[in-house]
Amino acid sequence: MAVHDAPAAPIRAADGDGMTDPVIRIEGLRTQFGAQVIHDDLDLDVYRGEVLGVVGGSGSGKSVLLREIVGLQRPTAGRIDLLGQDVWAIGARGRRALNTRAGVLFQDGALFSSLTVAENIQVGMREHLDLAPRLMDELAALKIAMVGLPPDAGEKLPSELSGGMRKRAGLARALALDPEIVFLDEPTAGLDPIGAARFDELIASLQGSLGLTVFMVTHDLDSLATVCDRIAALVDKQVRVATMAEHMKDDHPWLKEYFHGPRARAIGGAGA
Amino acid sequence: MTEESAGWVEPAPDGAAFLRARGQWTIARSGAIERHLARMDGMPPGDMSVDLSGIARLDTAGAWLLFRLIARLRAEGRQIEVTGVRDAHRPLIEIVARIHADGPKGGHTERVGPFAWLEGLGRGLFDALDHGKQLLNFHGMVTIVFLRTLLDPRRLRPKALVTQIEITGLNALPIVGLLSFLIGVVLAYLMSDQLTQFGAEVYTVNLLGLSITREIGVLLTAIMIAGRSGSAFTAQIGTMKVTEEIDAMGTLGLDPIEVLVIPRVLALMLTLPILTIWSDVAGILGGAVMTMVALDLTPARFLSQLKEAIDLGDVLVGLVKAPVHAYIIAMVGCYEGLRVRRTAESVGRQTTLSVVESIFLVIVATAAFAILFSVLGI
Repeated sequence: MAVHDAPAAPIRAADGDGMTDPVIRIEGLRTQFGAQVIHDDLDLDVYRGEVLGVVGGSGSGKSVLLREIVGLQRPTAGRIDLLGQDVWAIGARGRRALNTRAGVLFQDGALFSSLTVAENIQVGMREHLDLAPRLMDELAALKIAMVGLPPDAGEKLPSELSGGMRKRAGLARALALDPEIVFLDEPTAGLDPIGAARFDELIASLQGSLGLTVFMVTHDLDSLATVCDRIAALVDKQVRVATMAEHMKDDHPWLKEYFHGPRARAIGGAGA
Repeated sequence: MTEESAGWVEPAPDGAAFLRARGQWTIARSGAIERHLARMDGMPPGDMSVDLSGIARLDTAGAWLLFRLIARLRAEGRQIEVTGVRDAHRPLIEIVARIHADGPKGGHTERVGPFAWLEGLGRGLFDALDHGKQLLNFHGMVTIVFLRTLLDPRRLRPKALVTQIEITGLNALPIVGLLSFLIGVVLAYLMSDQLTQFGAEVYTVNLLGLSITREIGVLLTAIMIAGRSGSAFTAQIGTMKVTEEIDAMGTLGLDPIEVLVIPRVLALMLTLPILTIWSDVAGILGGAVMTMVALDLTPARFLSQLKEAIDLGDVLVGLVKAPVHAYIIAMVGCYEGLRVRRTAESVGRQTTLSVVESIFLVIVATAAFAILFSVLGI
């Protein structure tokens, strides 16, 4: 069974050269919980090969947006296209096929706790592909090495790993099926600054070598400054996409506070 | 999907010293690619060049398979030259090459010998012994803490105790009563059915009264409470362990055994005997209803027969076991809760273990009591 053969020809055509090709297109998105409106008429395009950072205050719906794109939570209204297909119109089977082309790293890794790291990485391969066990072992070892874990990590259970290692293992699982796009939910939260910087480097290098599109919810200003091509800020139930430099000039009070607060100044003074 | 669209290698038209890789080298096709490569054994010896310019799509799995092919050819003693690498594929091939050079080769290290089951048996036995030792250890620890709190009764925490009595005792009354009533009905039906054949149907009441007061009432209640409260103890304490609340108690100078274990153990030891009496009454009531329906016994006849059949001693034989069962259930529940490690999964595992273990120990205790009573002639 070759799951990659969903009818998505226009996207397949681009082979790393099309920066103008949106892999995620969100139009008129509305999310509402009871009387509380989270997103209102939100539009967003994410292009192939870019790293998009998503920021916003607590409760502004960053994680909700991510969950809506990957098909975990249904929006109230609006249309979300992922890799050229309407996520909420293709049905369960179509979404399963689509999910093999997108990887998700949850906040604490969300590794299956009863499986070893290598088995976690192989879950998607076993479910969707027909591969020889030896090849699956080799691919798992390859992914483990790619995310910078020691070779013996594959035999360990998630509970035997540190927080940073769990995140790397989660990333390895997200990359298991060689997705075109990865979603990262606060990848550096809970890591020490050195670990966070290494994780940023890892994301940047994997993005470069695998030609990934990265959709990253983060609060880490260092990550935003070093790895993100563009930054999508969720303010006033909508999204403002711009580069870091452009956001710095924005007059919106939340953006001003965010990009000119004491933490941002510290980075600006040391780095740029 | 057909295998044609998967990646493949073919000798170039001008001779065997030249291989061309073509098609889609992706993870979705890698099963087909691997099978194709496996069929390609026995290539003519000699140096080769491999041309990658015909590859339409490449991902890490495809790059890995390419590397495996080239490594295999090199291992056969050839010089391999790789040509025609596309710019878009170069970083991917480099990253795989770098990892390949570091030489991490996965593969399971499975230990499956012919006598693995023997090893497993021995391991299981020693684990069980170790477990028993630790449970005994815990018993000692709780006893010491309990004696200490007796010296300073303020530390008995009456509020926690009353809350636990309410949760484990009062709230359990409906379910314990209902199930005991139903078991009473079932028992009376079975017994009357058999005894009618001898014309001794009135002895149904004797048999029912004795079995419920001496054995079934207390055992049934203990098993229900093990499932209801013992598991709750493990889940509550286990969740607190996961969220580090137990550790927080330690840093605030609170003893988790004193705060969490003692009130639960005491509460259960107080409520289980009461629940047992309640269960005895409900069970006999169920039996009475059944005998009235099936044997046409009047309530007065039932009561006088019951009075003849059982005395206070029979009820006490049942009741004396209740605190012991309660102690076992509460101790196992709390102990397994404290053994939870910092993962959500282990809460579920320890809870299951706690119920299985406490029911097992309750039945062992019941058997021990039966032997004791027969030796003592009660």
